[in-house]
Amino acid sequence: MLGIPDPWVWLAYILCLLSALACVVYSWRHWNRGDETVQPDDVRWAKQEDQLEEKL
Amino acid sequence: MFAQVALIDILVVLLYLFVTGYLGWLGYRGTKTTTDYLVAGRKAHPFIMSLSYGATFISTSAIVGFGGAAGLFGMSLLWLTFCNIFVGIFIAFIFLGEPTRQMGHRLDAHTFPELLGRRYQSRVVQVFAGAVIALFMPLYGAAVLIGGTEFIATAFHIEYNTALLLFATIVAAYVFFGGLKGVMYTDALQGVIMFVGMFVLLIYTYVSVGGVVEGHRTLTDLKDLLPGTLTSIGHRGWTSMPEFGFGDPKYNLWWIVVSTIVMGVGIGVLAQPQLAVRFMTVKSKRELNRAVGVGGVFILAMTGVAFTTGALSNAYFAIHGPLFQGRVIRTIDADKGHVLLQLVRPAEGGAWLDLIKQTNPNGSTTNFTAAIPTNTEGQWLPVAKQTNAVGAILEGTLLPAVLDAQQPYLTPGPGPNRVAQGRSISVVVAKGVSDQIIPTYITTAMPKWFGLIFLLTLLAAAMSTLSSQFHTVGTAVGRDVVETIAPRRTTGGHDHTISIVRVSILVGLVLAVLIGYYAKKEAYVVSIIPRATAIFFGLCASTFLPAFVGGIMSRRVTPPAALASMLVGFLVTALWLTFVKLPECTTIGLVKASVFAHAPNWPSVDPLFIGLPLSVLTLLVVSAFTRPTDSRHLDHCFGTRNPGASA
Repeated sequence: MLGIPDPWVWLAYILCLLSALACVVYSWRHWNRGDETVQPDDVRWAKQEDQLEEKL
Repeated sequence: MFAQVALIDILVVLLYLFVTGYLGWLGYRGTKTTTDYLVAGRKAHPFIMSLSYGATFISTSAIVGFGGAAGLFGMSLLWLTFCNIFVGIFIAFIFLGEPTRQMGHRLDAHTFPELLGRRYQSRVVQVFAGAVIALFMPLYGAAVLIGGTEFIATAFHIEYNTALLLFATIVAAYVFFGGLKGVMYTDALQGVIMFVGMFVLLIYTYVSVGGVVEGHRTLTDLKDLLPGTLTSIGHRGWTSMPEFGFGDPKYNLWWIVVSTIVMGVGIGVLAQPQLAVRFMTVKSKRELNRAVGVGGVFILAMTGVAFTTGALSNAYFAIHGPLFQGRVIRTIDADKGHVLLQLVRPAEGGAWLDLIKQTNPNGSTTNFTAAIPTNTEGQWLPVAKQTNAVGAILEGTLLPAVLDAQQPYLTPGPGPNRVAQGRSISVVVAKGVSDQIIPTYITTAMPKWFGLIFLLTLLAAAMSTLSSQFHTVGTAVGRDVVETIAPRRTTGGHDHTISIVRVSILVGLVLAVLIGYYAKKEAYVVSIIPRATAIFFGLCASTFLPAFVGGIMSRRVTPPAALASMLVGFLVTALWLTFVKLPECTTIGLVKASVFAHAPNWPSVDPLFIGLPLSVLTLLVVSAFTRPTDSRHLDHCFGTRNPGASA
């Protein structure tokens, strides 16, 4: 297939394309899912992270 | 190739630099803090976030190092691309991203060792993880550094050590003067240019070799030009997997490709400290969901294209590469015009001279020309291999080639003494050094301006990766080791830690440069970039993966189990590298040969194959026999009130 004689190599070639396609389909189907309200932990973490970055 | 640069080339590069600078300024002026992204609700388009992530994740190591390995070993490396997409993006983003983000925020962890240390309430876990990262991350840094250096050296025809020093100086300036704070828009632009560049490279390559199917067939037909050193370890051509089996040296390549390159790097990506912390910087699972698609396509365009074109570069050079002149020593396949040439050089008066290779006792080689040996009837003879008085080996310079279709012979007539001309494969053109295959291919095949932009983009991508690597080294030493061991003894508190972080970054960088300097002197079938990367990825997988995944997914994993698992994973990997794995064991130098030298294939098996199963087993067994962690702490970690909810 595809001019590649070894099935294990053309399988890898096809799987690369299919797995990238799976990523796109997953994103498309879950585009608006998973949004969460910001928790106090998130706020504290972000401020602490900014302080650390500022010092570095 | 870049010695003569035209005005158009300069203009394109200046335009690129201007746009990069402008976008960087826009991004810096607009959204610049984590709080902005997470709390103040400023939205970063998932497209921008994914490309930024990808540009930081993919560096010269993946494109130059592993793309070159595909030039040497073939398209079997596409299994690594599949792992990069399916494991490194799909599984990592969908299954590990959200638990990492939530637990990191709840425990206020800002580094990977800190996340492990706080989940397991163990300073020993944090210090140990920090020490392992600080000690071994420079190895991965060296791989990225060498990738950039090889490209600079090949493109500008400058000596490797000079290019290494030049690139290291630029990286040091970037890291110390503002590079630590990633500018997302610039990263994203680099991502777009890398994406476009790789896409153009793929199309150009397939068109040059006659299309997808024809190109693959041409590559398949070239397998009889493979050097004997590769066929003897199981290389069966660029479009076939290496020969599989165990107990014979002819299976070595399968174990190198599958256990070290595919599994070592493909699985190790899940426990990369500098990547795991990136999950904490997103606002919610929605951002991760949106980033999966762009991430998957981006990785396909990076490693998928690099590995495909790396392998196909052999077909490109066999069709369009430079012509070599020589006399046919052996006909490999008359129908295909595949021959073995003894290289010759023209001399005054229309005569030809043999090109002789001299290998000195210290391993250095020199070339010189000599008169072609003849028999009594005046017929040319092969060059006899001999050793001279000082122990240097003298032999002919042989090269597998495809005879030129238009003019296979330079000298007229059917006589015995004829000079032929033909093209060879990229493995040979790059002098057998896989790290030089991609730079050689791009500088030879692509237009100058494209090569220059590709070079700049690769270097910029390398710098963003290096910056995050050395940032991780610095915080591992400063925050995870020193501050954790002696929080009150540090005079001046945090300021003192910052100094330690900066010194650690500098030491890490110097270590990486030294590795880059000494590694160049080694010659082994797998060159230094993929080897160094695979060692670090494999080490991270064996040491951190079970404790990390177990820690964020299950309440049942106990602190003693995590520590024991990390110690077993680390020790088994270290011992395997020191005493068994070739060429690492002889490079470290405690043994002169692998202790399993007489047991074929074992020295080619990656430590991951031994270390990771043992590390997982240790985690399960010790967890089963130790007291469960206090449920109040677990409730805090997992954000649950029901102790059994996430078990």
